[in-house]
Amino acid sequence: MSPLTPPVSDADHVAGPDSAPLTLVEYGDYECPYCGRAYVILQSVRRALDSQLRFVFRNLPLAEIHPHARKAAQAAEAAGAQGKFWEMHDALFENQNALEEADLLRYARMLELDTERIARELKDQTFAKRVRDDFRSGIRSGANNTPTFFMNGERYDGSWEDADAFTRVLRETAGRPVLS
Amino acid sequence: MAETDPARRAAGILPPGAPAPDFTLKTAPDQTLRLSTRRSHPVILAFYPADWSPVCGDQMALYNEVLPEFQEHGAELFGISVDGAWCHAAFARDRKLRFPLLSDFEPKGAVSRQYGAYREEDGTSERALFVIDAGGIIHWSYCSPIDVNPGADGILSALESLDRQPTSAEVRP
Repeated sequence: MSPLTPPVSDADHVAGPDSAPLTLVEYGDYECPYCGRAYVILQSVRRALDSQLRFVFRNLPLAEIHPHARKAAQAAEAAGAQGKFWEMHDALFENQNALEEADLLRYARMLELDTERIARELKDQTFAKRVRDDFRSGIRSGANNTPTFFMNGERYDGSWEDADAFTRVLRETAGRPVLS
Repeated sequence: MAETDPARRAAGILPPGAPAPDFTLKTAPDQTLRLSTRRSHPVILAFYPADWSPVCGDQMALYNEVLPEFQEHGAELFGISVDGAWCHAAFARDRKLRFPLLSDFEPKGAVSRQYGAYREEDGTSERALFVIDAGGIIHWSYCSPIDVNPGADGILSALESLDRQPTSAEVRP
């Protein structure tokens, strides 16, 4: 099975300490209903594991079936450039049915971001390459679905739909030696 | 005879080095494709069990997204299942697929059988992938467990290794 390529680095959006014994990478799509469900599950998983977990989000927009996914991903990256990636990431997953450009800019305003700059960056496709690079890395790492999870660099094919069970799996993985 | 052992069945698909059997199949109710007319570039054949089943949908939807990457290697992608041309047309329209789906419909599964990718017990194709070089020789093949979306990384690695070597058309006398 393909390992996570490239490994987690400073270029990633990371929540949680670098010293955490467990790194969970999600390849996700802001318009994908399964990712929306995973977002809710992950809230409680992340609370339960706290500093034991380092969580990373990378973009895998399936734009042919989710026409708003790519621009939403770019909006999150644009918010990231202003230091509020996770705030935008949360706003998008909490409003999956409203991802038109006007909605994206509304969330930017609510988060007190420089909205004009984000509008310009969306128009100029400033973060299109970043999103595409994430997508490519997901495909090369063997992502086959949204969401696809990697635990400490290895693809996880098991279930995540029950928060307690998923937390247990993550705890067990945290107890094993890290490969990378 | 039906091959029932999954490991042996998976091993039964045509291996690298074998010539890709030629075929003519429908790509639409009023259109056909002959494989041997596609010899100037690599061809990806993605056999899958059925239109509309969830995993297949994901696999074809994923390939639809990765199509630009395949095309960067000059490769052409075809999905193949035993579904009829009208069924394929409706499925492709629903999923907005931008690559052709071939109907291995009559005689049912004949091409899947030639590639060792037919499931007698289900009457469907295996979830099997083939990358064929410009000379019509199988460069890489892979049979995935029927319920696992194989993703696209294997195909991309195969296309990259093809880029690095001469085609079978060039090395053959």
